[in-house]
Amino acid sequence: MGSSAPVIAGIKRYKGKWEADQAAHLLKRTLFGVKKEDLDHCHKKSLKKVVKELLYTEAPLPPPPINNYNDDKYTDPEIQPGETWIKSLKYDGMNNGRRKNSFKSWWLGLMIYQDRSIREKMVLFWHNHFVTETNTVDNALFCYQYNMLLRQHALGNFKEFVKAVTVEPAMLRYLNGYANTRKAPDENYGRELQELFTVGKGPGSHYTEEDVKAAARVLTGYTINYKTYTSSFDPNRHDDADKQFSAFYGQRLIRGIKGKEASAELDELVDMIFEQEEVSRFICRKLYRFFVYHTIDEETEKNVIEPLAALFRKKNYEIRPVLEMLFMSRHFFDPANYGSMIKSPVDFTVGLCREFNIVFPDATNYIDQYGFWEQLRNQAAGLQQNIGDPPNVAGWQAYYQLPEYDKLWISSDTLPKRNQFTDRMINGGFSRKDKKIVIDPVAFAAGLPSPEDPDLLISGAVRALYRVELPVDQLHFIKTNILLSGLVGMASDHYWTMAWQAYQTNPTDKNNKNIVPNKLKLLFKYLMDLPEYQLM
Amino acid sequence: MKRRDFLLRTMPSVLLPSLINGFSIRALAASPLAQIAGGMDSDQVLVLVQLNGGNDGLNMVIPLEFYDAYHAARTNIAIPEDKVLRLNGFDKTGLNPAMPELQSMFNEGKLTIIQGVSYPQPNFSHFRATDIWLSGADTSQILSTGWAGRYLNVQYPRFPEDYPNRNMPDPLAIQIGSLVSPALQGPALTMGMAISNPNSFYDLINDRAASVPATRAGDQLAYIREMSVKTDQYAGVIKAAAQKVTKQSGKYPAAGKNPLADQLKIVARLVAGGLRTKIYLVSMGGFDTHAKQTDATDTTTGTHAKLLGKLSEAIGAFQDDLCLLQVEKRVTGMTFSEFGRRIKSNASGGTDHGTAAPVLLFGSGLQPGIIGSNPLLPANATVNDNIAMQYDFRALYASLLEKWFSVDKEVTASVLLKDYPLLPIIQNA
Repeated sequence: MGSSAPVIAGIKRYKGKWEADQAAHLLKRTLFGVKKEDLDHCHKKSLKKVVKELLYTEAPLPPPPINNYNDDKYTDPEIQPGETWIKSLKYDGMNNGRRKNSFKSWWLGLMIYQDRSIREKMVLFWHNHFVTETNTVDNALFCYQYNMLLRQHALGNFKEFVKAVTVEPAMLRYLNGYANTRKAPDENYGRELQELFTVGKGPGSHYTEEDVKAAARVLTGYTINYKTYTSSFDPNRHDDADKQFSAFYGQRLIRGIKGKEASAELDELVDMIFEQEEVSRFICRKLYRFFVYHTIDEETEKNVIEPLAALFRKKNYEIRPVLEMLFMSRHFFDPANYGSMIKSPVDFTVGLCREFNIVFPDATNYIDQYGFWEQLRNQAAGLQQNIGDPPNVAGWQAYYQLPEYDKLWISSDTLPKRNQFTDRMINGGFSRKDKKIVIDPVAFAAGLPSPEDPDLLISGAVRALYRVELPVDQLHFIKTNILLSGLVGMASDHYWTMAWQAYQTNPTDKNNKNIVPNKLKLLFKYLMDLPEYQLM
Repeated sequence: MKRRDFLLRTMPSVLLPSLINGFSIRALAASPLAQIAGGMDSDQVLVLVQLNGGNDGLNMVIPLEFYDAYHAARTNIAIPEDKVLRLNGFDKTGLNPAMPELQSMFNEGKLTIIQGVSYPQPNFSHFRATDIWLSGADTSQILSTGWAGRYLNVQYPRFPEDYPNRNMPDPLAIQIGSLVSPALQGPALTMGMAISNPNSFYDLINDRAASVPATRAGDQLAYIREMSVKTDQYAGVIKAAAQKVTKQSGKYPAAGKNPLADQLKIVARLVAGGLRTKIYLVSMGGFDTHAKQTDATDTTTGTHAKLLGKLSEAIGAFQDDLCLLQVEKRVTGMTFSEFGRRIKSNASGGTDHGTAAPVLLFGSGLQPGIIGSNPLLPANATVNDNIAMQYDFRALYASLLEKWFSVDKEVTASVLLKDYPLLPIIQNA
């Protein structure tokens, strides 16, 4: 790995330039890709207002996933086509898999149609944090409920979030909480609650194996009701003896409670865990890695993580203030962080659709709409990020595995696949019978400043698609070889200008028809094939 | 599903090369069977030299036979008669004085001039005319494939899924100095790869990483580039071929002085290193000389003379190199431009877009000389006068395919979509 200069800027309020560059940095990190209209909108407002909008917009909850899945082999006898299935309490071998696919496609659609709100990005963050896998949970309704829980708490109170997710049916199933009983305690959730969800395994975390066992005993008694598809607490399965915790938790003793009130032990357990400052540090580090840069050096730990963690505790684990402080900090806007992150597969695929304004069929054609969302989801899955199904309870490696972190997204398998995806989106697109999703190169170019000027067109495209600059000789190479068909010299620029204007005037003219779209396709294909396009 | 069907159906562009740092990447794992096979004497190579912008053929190949009409039509840029380079045995025609190397090659029997090459109803747009030359289309026909791509598609069936293999371990075609040319576009995929930047070629063979800024983003870029070289199945064979050649002709100018020479130097190295690649494409630009194409006081110097000088210097050094490297017999080259320029010069000391122009073939396997006659020039040329076509450019393609690459007549006709009369350009053919 190369070495690069450390970023010394701390968490203090950023008061520098607020221009397109800064706005693009903020939006690329907090949304999936940046639409021109989002950039234009945000650029005109102050940083403070933009951050408020991203964090506090109360975007309405989306309409739920629907029956898009009747096919040759199956017609849902209960749920009409186009109607939501989330009220159904009947799941079987025929409908469950179809509804799971419907759910996953729906989720991808939410990302594509996100508002100017960080919510969907946070849903992905929390999915990668409080991991469940649809393959293991294996019930479409639980998967949907869990996903909605992430959305509901995405920007709320982290402590409440932990309590809620602990008794969520999907989580009870995924980490065996439902099987954790007085007679046969199952430590799975008790361990991950500490190791992955709250105090973590950082240098300041010293919980013990005894703590894992004690936590597991506190959590005994939760069950899943498969008639109502809800979770409940069964005192008969609960271990009502006292639970002793280690010195890390100040030798805390959680008194066993009998009967229905015993679920209060969960509150006490969570309170105890949250008294450890390490919780705030662990979560702030994870947020930092997700939104800023993979490596946290000593300076950053001291100047960024510590103050964020202190605020997190002071605000009683409210999530928004921490994000607000981070996104308004000098550190976040240090140019050294621009383009320092490799796009995740979801950022790569969904981001492309958003930044090129790919038009999907609307809800009246939900079959094709869901179909295209599914195709995109499969693309992201092929690039090793299958939403709903991270590889294991720790989430996707690229978010935690040192020293490579997000470099893990790029391999000799996935890099060609990434290029194939962008090549396909610019060339033929993805088809479903007579419908197609494909980049409209002329429309994208028309949204750039001065597309008739080859230099400005290229620099505009580079600014829209990249977070880093291209060397001047590269820009020149692109102009000469792509837009000007090998013509060189200032005098040749007007050949592009004439072609562009001729196309605008008469797009169906036989001699002009292909020149401009073909050259623009080549241009955007080339730009998306360069390594720079992998960065955000 | 067959793999090819799969490719066509699900990822039509899977093998369109994506240029990473100037080096083309193809998305297939290297075949363990792929070995470096030495080029055989029978492995004919064609080098296409594209002159972008529309080369003024009338000031490159000068009709001494009609010198007065020539001088009258373009007094402000005409080459003085006594400065025109003479050609042994062909006293009616001469070369621009900037091209002494090509003059020598002609006199040694290694250059063939074909006069008046064009096509019916020529188009005057750079973009469209270039498409026509590269695709081999009629003037009103839109083809989505390139003429060389169609040839390679016939010659190497089931490319790319069955490649590289023992018989063809190397790229079918290599473009140097720019993007993969549309000339190499096959029915579904491009048949070629690109070394778009000569520097990246030397970075590859010397295991040198292209520089990135010392930033966090730069660190990520370096990693992605490294990965992109690893995924290029042809990087290894190219590197190995290049490393077999340790000494090249001293006639090449210093790197960076003559971009065409830099490109041809790589071609010579790869041919001599044993690559069995059939077609190389190189190019130079700047031929769109609407104004001040010559120095006002000395018409043997100026913009166009510099361009022709570079062309001559580059091809001269390349031929010398091929000879030294003992692969001269394997290589034939051809220059072409999207159109020639008008007979009459304009008031800005330049020439506007025209039609037919001479094509140069170079190599030691050619039937040397001049094919065709000097263009007839009107006594009082107007801006509307153009040089008449004598040969269709596709007749030249057909001749190269049949006589140089030994392609069957029917195949040639299928590649070029029509029958064209052949020209006597190759020795003993």
